[in-house]
Amino acid sequence: MGSGFVTLLYKELLRFWKVSFQTILAPVVTALLYLLIFSHVLEGRVEAFPGVSYTTFLIPGLAMMSILQNAFANSSSSLIQSKITGNILFVLLPPISPGEFFLAYVGAAIVRGLAVGVGIFIATLGFVELRLDHPLWTLAFAFFGSAILGCLGVIAGIWAEKFDQLASFQSFLIMPLTFLSGVFYSIHSLPAFWQTVSHLNPFFYMIDGFRYGFFGASDTPPHLSLAVVLASLAALSFLTLRLLARGYKLRY
Amino acid sequence: MPAIAVRDVRKRFRTVQALDGVDLDIFEGEFFALLGPNGAGKTTLINTLAGLCLADSGTLKVNGFDVVADYRKARRALGVVPQELVFDPFFNVREALVIQSGYFGLRHNGAWIDQIIARLGLTQKAGTNMRALSGGMKRRVLVALALVHKPPVIVLDEPTAGVDVELRQGLWEFMRDLNREGHTIVLTTHYLEEAETLCSRIAMMKEGRIVALDTTANLLRSVPGRSLRLRLVPDLLPPLLEDLHPGREGAMHTLELRDFGQIGPIMDALRQAGITVQDMEIAVPDLEDVFVRIMHR
Repeated sequence: MGSGFVTLLYKELLRFWKVSFQTILAPVVTALLYLLIFSHVLEGRVEAFPGVSYTTFLIPGLAMMSILQNAFANSSSSLIQSKITGNILFVLLPPISPGEFFLAYVGAAIVRGLAVGVGIFIATLGFVELRLDHPLWTLAFAFFGSAILGCLGVIAGIWAEKFDQLASFQSFLIMPLTFLSGVFYSIHSLPAFWQTVSHLNPFFYMIDGFRYGFFGASDTPPHLSLAVVLASLAALSFLTLRLLARGYKLRY
Repeated sequence: MPAIAVRDVRKRFRTVQALDGVDLDIFEGEFFALLGPNGAGKTTLINTLAGLCLADSGTLKVNGFDVVADYRKARRALGVVPQELVFDPFFNVREALVIQSGYFGLRHNGAWIDQIIARLGLTQKAGTNMRALSGGMKRRVLVALALVHKPPVIVLDEPTAGVDVELRQGLWEFMRDLNREGHTIVLTTHYLEEAETLCSRIAMMKEGRIVALDTTANLLRSVPGRSLRLRLVPDLLPPLLEDLHPGREGAMHTLELRDFGQIGPIMDALRQAGITVQDMEIAVPDLEDVFVRIMHR
């Protein structure tokens, strides 16, 4: 691994750290607002898992949703901004390999996703006493989930030629997949048809596995969720690396 | 070994053949100009050399390294100053240079960064965010970014477009110094007097092809158009000089010259006719005349 990777990763981290109000604090505040509203309305009316209050159930879902959305936002916004302003040149001219490019952008997406997740947990400490039965499972799903969304962000950032196209990717793909993945509910509360549909959504496995780490309970066995997540990550990594190696929409 | 070797390079963008079989060698230590009208293919050729653009066919090498198969070494050997004023708004000047050094694997490059910052007159702006810089200052940073890894081959794509005289002179002085130290310099410019003054060899491109390639001196010699302009008293030419296609420009008579050896006999003819020369100018073709002639061929 060349130092081009280290510098590119450092640059990507510095980029979001310099605007941390927007990239870390704002998503934490948004998650808190969701939590306040949904827990106020639904607390006592819904019980997703036995013995787990709705607010307690909701926090890991909200945290994972924010982790995923911010991981996507990090790589996609960095790339589209660089492409539109033209400063992507500074990364394309040096001897940085497609693999280093990939690892740096996805690595920074993972760090931002995890930073937002930690921020949400710190901010929600006063609301409920949260269990953490299997912290390694939690960490694994947060890490690999961020990596998947980091890959999707790279793909979207490369593909999009204007902010409007990137917004479409976010609004019509990322947002529906995260909102319909069981962030706010257990899929067992859905009709059978929608349960089946939910099982086709890889985001469901990320959130379900992540929640398993907290409560030791999930809609799907965690090993199956982890397998789906890792398979998705492998497929997306392969696709992203292929696009980068071909210089798709970067080197014309 | 040429610093830059281009062999039968072709590149097509939909309906436009941007590069149409370009062959070009630029030798180590040369100060070389690549000229041509807008759309001739100069920037495409530079971008292909830098790996920003992928050729449809042909090969390009920088210091002997293929820009595709051996791209890491080729890119280490090349510094490119792009035509557009691009910058990363998240960083100040020094941060941008440190980061760019890191991309090339240079982690302790502070002394050289200080040197190029000073040489390009950026010392007072080193801590300033790129957004807050004027266009001229941004251009200086682009030059600094291209030089941060001390590349043996430096390509400047219209670096003086829209910049003031002071920067232009300072930049060329810096480039001359780098050239004296052994760096190969390639520039594209629409200011032909810059190319004529600085470059020992020139290539001219038109519609994706090299249409002229020679030393600057040979190119200048290749075009007729030397003339003698005279203000005479009385205001008439002796018939002996009719063979020299006389003409008039205001108060001056003009005579076409094949070579400067003709001036002596002309003066003799004027003296014998009792005509006094009040004012005399010798006009020689410049690179602009050569350029216009070649482009309209």
